[in-house]
Amino acid sequence: MSHQLRGKAACVGMATTGMGEAPSRSAMDLMAGAVLDALEDAGIPLAEVDGVFAANAVHSMASMSLSEHLGIVPVISDNSNVGGSSFMQHALLAATALEAGLINVAVIAYGSNQRSAGGFQGVSEPLPYEAQFKPRNPITSYALVTSHYLHRFGVTREQLAEVPVAARAWANLNPEAFMYDKGPLTVEDVLAARMISDPLGKLDCCLVTDGGAAIVMTRADRAKDTRHTPVHLLGAGVAHYHRMISTMPDLAVTAATTSGERAYAMAGLTAADMDSVQLYDAFSINTLLFLEDLGFCAKGEAAEFIKGGHIAPGGGLPVNTNGGGLSCVHPGMYGLYVMIEAIAQIRATLDGAPAPRDVGGWVPGTKLALAHGNGGVLSAQATTIWGAPETV
Amino acid sequence: MTDVAEATGPEAQYRAYLAEGRFMIQKSRSSGQYVFYPRVAEPGTGARDLEWVAPSGLGRVCATTVTRQRPETGGDYNIAMVDLDEGPRVLSRVTGMAPEEVTIGLRVEAYVDDLDGAPAVLFRKVEGAQ
Repeated sequence: MSHQLRGKAACVGMATTGMGEAPSRSAMDLMAGAVLDALEDAGIPLAEVDGVFAANAVHSMASMSLSEHLGIVPVISDNSNVGGSSFMQHALLAATALEAGLINVAVIAYGSNQRSAGGFQGVSEPLPYEAQFKPRNPITSYALVTSHYLHRFGVTREQLAEVPVAARAWANLNPEAFMYDKGPLTVEDVLAARMISDPLGKLDCCLVTDGGAAIVMTRADRAKDTRHTPVHLLGAGVAHYHRMISTMPDLAVTAATTSGERAYAMAGLTAADMDSVQLYDAFSINTLLFLEDLGFCAKGEAAEFIKGGHIAPGGGLPVNTNGGGLSCVHPGMYGLYVMIEAIAQIRATLDGAPAPRDVGGWVPGTKLALAHGNGGVLSAQATTIWGAPETV
Repeated sequence: MTDVAEATGPEAQYRAYLAEGRFMIQKSRSSGQYVFYPRVAEPGTGARDLEWVAPSGLGRVCATTVTRQRPETGGDYNIAMVDLDEGPRVLSRVTGMAPEEVTIGLRVEAYVDDLDGAPAVLFRKVEGAQ
C-alpha cells in the first residue's frame, strides 16, 4: 500500500526573483516579491494563502515577518530552520498539513540580499566546543570532510574538480545562471584557483549571490484547476545525525542515506527511476557524497561515476541542471532553488510550453526528479521526489 | 572561572577542569562508552550516569585543513579532527609543525595550553609513533 502522503500535494506555482545581484532590494522585498510572482504563476489569489513556510538568515521569525508584510493571517506559520534544507522539510510539512485539511494553499519562501549587503550571511551561532579554534564555518567543516574523503578513497583534487566543471557546463546553458557567459571551466582552472581551506579552493565553493524564491503547494484535487500542470510531491524524507562536524558519526556518510531511504520509501521509487537529479552543492564534495548516499553509485565510487562528464550536459545522468550552487545561484540557503529546478524540469515537459532553455540545457521528457537539500555542515539532509501527474 | 567543585553543569565542569590544565571527558558507568563533548546524558541511551575520566590523550588525525589567511592577519593555521583512542572525536589544532604538514593518520597527543586568552585542548605529534 502506498504512503498516504504520496502524490497528494503538488506544486502549482513557482518563481525566482533577483537571482544573482539585486541591489537596493531587501531580503523581504525579494521573499515577498517571489511569493506574489509564484501565486500569479499559479493563478491563485493572495487571500487564499493559509499556510506560510519561510526561513532565512535575517528574519528570526521569517514566516511571521512575511505574513505581516503580505497581510496574511495563516493557519500554519512555520519557520522551522534546518539550514539550506529547510525548504524540503517545509514541503513535507506543507503536504502533511494540506492532507490533514488544516490548510488549502501553502507558500514556501526564501529571500536574501547577502551579496549586495556585503557578503556571506551565516545563520549559525558559534559552536561551543569548536569556536575556540576559529573554524571558518561552513567551509572549515566541509574542508575537513573533504580531506577525509580524498584520503580514505584515494580520490584526487583533479577528480573532485569534475564537479565544478560539470556545474559550470550546465550554467553555460542557463541564461539565469550567475556564471552564464563567464565561459567554460577546466579542471586546471579549479586546481589553480586560490586555496581557501585545503583541500578546497575558491572554485570548489558555492557562489555568494542574492536571490528570492517561492513555490505554491495545494492538494492534488485543487491543483487540477490551476494554470499549470501540477507537479506532485511523491516522496519526502528528512534526517540529521549531527550539528557539529566533530560529531558526524562517519565522516564519509551523510544523513542523506536516511533521508533518501525515507523519501524513496514514500514514493515507492529508487535512484534508478530519476530522470534528473538536483543536489545541494554548497561545496564540490557534496555532489560526490550525495550521489553515493542517495544510491546513484556505491560509497567511495562517485569520482569514478562522474568521470568523463557523466553528470555534465550530454552525460548519462543530468545532475544540477541549472548550474547548481557552484555556478547558478547561492543566496545563503539554496534549497528552494534546488526544488524549483527539479519541478521546472518536469513542468516544462508537461505544458508543451517552449523549452525553458536552449537544447541541452534541460532534460526533455523528465517525469521524475529528485531534489536534495543540505543544511548546516553536512548536517540536516532532506530529500524530495517530484513527479508528473501520470507518476502518481 | 568557576571551580570544579562548584560547577554543576557539564560544560561548566569541563571548562573548570580545563582551567586547572586538565583535559577530561565523560564515561557512562552502565555502558562503558566514552562521551565527548560534555553532555547531561549519554547520547542515544539517555543514561545519566556520566562520570569524568582522564583520557589517555592519545589519538590519530582523521581530517585536517589549512585555514588560509594573509600573513598580516596572522597567517595560515591548522584545524584538524582527532579520533581519541577512547573513541570520541575532537576538533582542535595540531601545533608544533607547519599546518600543511599535518596529515591524516598522524599519531598525536593532547595538551592543554592557552589559546587567545582561554585554556584549550591542543594536539602535537607523538615523536616516533606510527
